[in-house]
Amino acid sequence: MHFSTSGLESARRHVGDEVRVLIEADSDIVLAREHGRLIGKKIGFSATDLTIIATAISEVARNILVFAKSGEIVIREVSEHGRSGIQITARDNGPGIPDISLAMQEGYSTGKGLGMGLPGSRRLMDEFQVISSAGNGTIVEMKKWVNQNG
Amino acid sequence: MEVPILKQGGYLIATIQAALSDADLIKLQDALVEQVGKYRSKGVIIDVTALDVMDSFATRTLRSIAHMIKLRGAETVICGIQPEVAFAMVQLGLTLEGISTALDLEEGLALLNKRTREREAARGR
Ligand SMILES: Nc1ncnc2c1ncn2[C@@H]1O[C@H](COP(=O)(O)OP(=O)(O)OP(=O)(O)O)[C@@H](O)[C@H]1O
Ligand SMILES: [Mg+2]
Repeated sequence: MHFSTSGLESARRHVGDEVRVLIEADSDIVLAREHGRLIGKKIGFSATDLTIIATAISEVARNILVFAKSGEIVIREVSEHGRSGIQITARDNGPGIPDISLAMQEGYSTGKGLGMGLPGSRRLMDEFQVISSAGNGTIVEMKKWVNQNG
Repeated sequence: MEVPILKQGGYLIATIQAALSDADLIKLQDALVEQVGKYRSKGVIIDVTALDVMDSFATRTLRSIAHMIKLRGAETVICGIQPEVAFAMVQLGLTLEGISTALDLEEGLALLNKRTREREAARGR
C-alpha cells in the first residue's frame, strides 16, 4: 500500500551530510531530534522550521520505538530544482500498518497515544509518505524545503 | 537529564534545563505528584523554556501531570513555552486545554498567587 502527498520522485540529487540514528531507546529520540536540528541549520532553515523538523522527527522516531521496538532514522540534505531541503526517513521492520489511511486519521491510535503523530507530522512537513503493509515493516519518508520567501 | 524541583514557600518550581527523554518526563511526573503530597504544596510551576519540542508525548504527559496535581488539591501553571515550540505544537494539532499557562516564571508565580487566593476565598465562604 502506498500513501503519498508528493509526486516529485525524479530529478532528485543527494548532497551534503547524511546521518543515521539507530532508534532503540527513548534517548535515541532526543538524539535524532538533535541531528535533525544540526543538519537543518546547515541547510539554512529558520529557528521555527528547525523546531518543526525536530517535532516531526520526534513523532516518527517514537512510533518506531512504540510499535516496532527498534529501527532507524536517516536524515539528509536534498536538493531539487535549485532548492534545498531536508529529508527524513524513518524505517523499521516492525509489524507494519495494515490500513494506512486509517492510521493517518487524527485521533486514530492502536496504542495509548492521541493518534496525532502521523497526521500532525504530515501537516508539519511539505512532503510526506508512508510505505507499509501488515508484516512488512514501515517506512515514513518526509521532506521540508527551505522557505525562499523568508 | 533530571529536572530539578525547587521548593519555594507553598509552591514547587520545576525548571526543565534541556531536551528531555520520555523517561525523564515520566520521572518528573512521579516526582511532582509525590512532592506535592509530601510538602502539601498549593501550586506547581513547570518552566519549559529550555524544552526543544512539545510533541505528542510531552503534551500528553504535561496534561496528565496537571490533572494528577489537581487531584492532589493543587494548581499547575506551565510557563515559558517558546514561540516556535507553540507554533509547531498547534500545527501538530495539540493543545494544553484546561491547563494554565504563563509567559515566564514571574507571570507564572503571579497567576498561582491569584489562583490560590481564589481557592482560599471559595473555601472560606
Ligand atoms: N512504525 C510503525 N509501525 C507500526 N504501526 C505504526 C507505526 N507508526 C504508526 N503506526 C500505527 O499508526 C497509528 C497512528 O500513529 P500516530 O503516530 O498518528 O498515533 P499514535 O502513535 O498512536 O499516538 P501519538 O502519536 O499521538 O502519541 C498507531 O497507533 C499505530 O497503529
Ligand atoms: Mg505516534
